[in-house]
Amino acid sequence: MDWINAVIQGVLLGGLYALFAAGLSLIFGVMRLVNIAHGDLIVLSAYLALTVTTALGLHPLLALVIVVPGMALVGYTLQRAILNRTMGDDLLPPLLVTFGLSVIIQNALLAGYSADPQKLQAGEIETASVALGSIALGVMPLIVFATAVVVIAALQWMFYRTALGRAFRATSDNQDIAQLMGLNRAHVFGLAMGLSLAVTALAGVFLGMRTSFDPAAGSARLIFGFEAVIIGGLGNLWGTLAGGVILGVAQTLGAKINPGYQILAGHLVFLAILAIRPRGLFPRIDG
Amino acid sequence: MPMPDPILTIEGLNAHYGDFQALYDLSMHVEAGEVVAVIGANGAGKTTLLRSISGLLRNAPASVLWRGTPIGAMRADQIAAQGIALVPEGRLLFPSLSVEENLIIGGQSGRKGPWNLQRVYRLFPVLEERRNQASTSLSGGQQQMVAIGRALMSNPDVVLMDEISLGLAPVIIRQIYEALPGIVGEGLTAVLVEQDISKALSVSTRVYCLQEGRVSLEGQSQTVSRDDISRAYFGV
Ligand SMILES: Nc1ncnc2c1ncn2[C@@H]1O[C@H](COP(=O)(O)OP(=O)(O)OP(=O)(O)O)[C@@H](O)[C@H]1O
Ligand SMILES: [Mg+2]
Repeated sequence: MDWINAVIQGVLLGGLYALFAAGLSLIFGVMRLVNIAHGDLIVLSAYLALTVTTALGLHPLLALVIVVPGMALVGYTLQRAILNRTMGDDLLPPLLVTFGLSVIIQNALLAGYSADPQKLQAGEIETASVALGSIALGVMPLIVFATAVVVIAALQWMFYRTALGRAFRATSDNQDIAQLMGLNRAHVFGLAMGLSLAVTALAGVFLGMRTSFDPAAGSARLIFGFEAVIIGGLGNLWGTLAGGVILGVAQTLGAKINPGYQILAGHLVFLAILAIRPRGLFPRIDG
Repeated sequence: MPMPDPILTIEGLNAHYGDFQALYDLSMHVEAGEVVAVIGANGAGKTTLLRSISGLLRNAPASVLWRGTPIGAMRADQIAAQGIALVPEGRLLFPSLSVEENLIIGGQSGRKGPWNLQRVYRLFPVLEERRNQASTSLSGGQQQMVAIGRALMSNPDVVLMDEISLGLAPVIIRQIYEALPGIVGEGLTAVLVEQDISKALSVSTRVYCLQEGRVSLEGQSQTVSRDDISRAYFGV
């Protein structure tokens, strides 16, 4: 029963990792941008939520109403003002600039909030659980997982059923020809980054409600996000959810064997999958 | 009374790829309603000219004038919004989009006019049968129809077509050229780049020949002599 419990907790944890990963997956899919600052942006969202909750006395889940659009705006502005200038045939400049951004965010958070660990206080919901037979399922992990499924489904729908998604796919296919269709690439990229950071905001708030965080907490989240994306297969959103779940289950099973093995087990499963299927489990089939 | 500005004027256009200069002090003009053919050997600069007009290559502002206004340095999406559409060399459909999505995205700038999905399907009925297929699954000729339809969907005032017969079987080429009068019949202005000289002359009112980035000949398509053309084409 303990093992089944560990698997179920892992699946739910995977929802959080899928939220870490979805934004990465989205911007890589649309503009081939690898955002090294992604983890720090997750942590920045958590701090933003911290400020909103303490200043306005809001519950963290209610703070989402401010943090999600706020981060979307940050994303759009960041892309238009800085990242678009680095985009081109060469993948290195955006990589270096987002690395620099990562350092800047960490130091700004350190200066603004100190290195003390913080947590978003969510009250009773943190410990609430529902019983499934002899297994107790946390309400928060359930909410996070359900949110991840809804977010992935919504992104999938947006990508394949809406004008915005059509613009994303066209721009991803051929930026020049998309521009001929009246799509301003700079704006389309801005929208993609805005959407990516809106998802990141969700991830950051859920992270902050689950565990304590500090300004340096971003890099581990970046790695988990990357691993989920790569396990699932680049450019496949449902694959990203599957990747998050696999990573989550590997970690909770590892922790079951020995609490010290949690992170290591996740990395080992990632490496094993990469060795067997270098393009991930569900790579997108390109035409 | 002053003459009205031509719909499109190229004036002293110099176009570069990095250090390489592809067009030299090139000038030409296109009047509303005209079909202008542009011919020239491989590498003469025909595609570069169309890329410069459509904004994929950006040049000095006054080197391209749209109804008298400088657009030479504008972005491609801004130029598309003015009413210039390009059918690019090699078709370049969006592989991630279905046939119908390729057409819809062509019309998404929202310019008003006679062209819509129904009208494109009437022009090329085979596309309606294949509307939900991946654009990559079509034959070359059908892909060219999508590329033309995609450009028309924006209801342009000027359509630029770059070698629409490239790589297609003669019977398909004939089919596509038979559709041309239905496209330009309603006063749509067209600039047609074409390797096949007799095709180019038969559908156009005027012709320009390019040679090594310069205009080597300008004339009326019906009266221009074959000797002049071969001299302008090959530079002998
Ligand atoms: N992206 C590029 N980078 C560098 N040089 C280029 C590029 N595209 C074209 N050129 C050069 O510019 C010149 C004009 O090319 P362009 O494609 O305009 O010719 P074209 O008349 O369209 O030829 P074709 O009939 O083969 O299509 C050629 O010398 C070509 O090599
Ligand atoms: Mg060409």
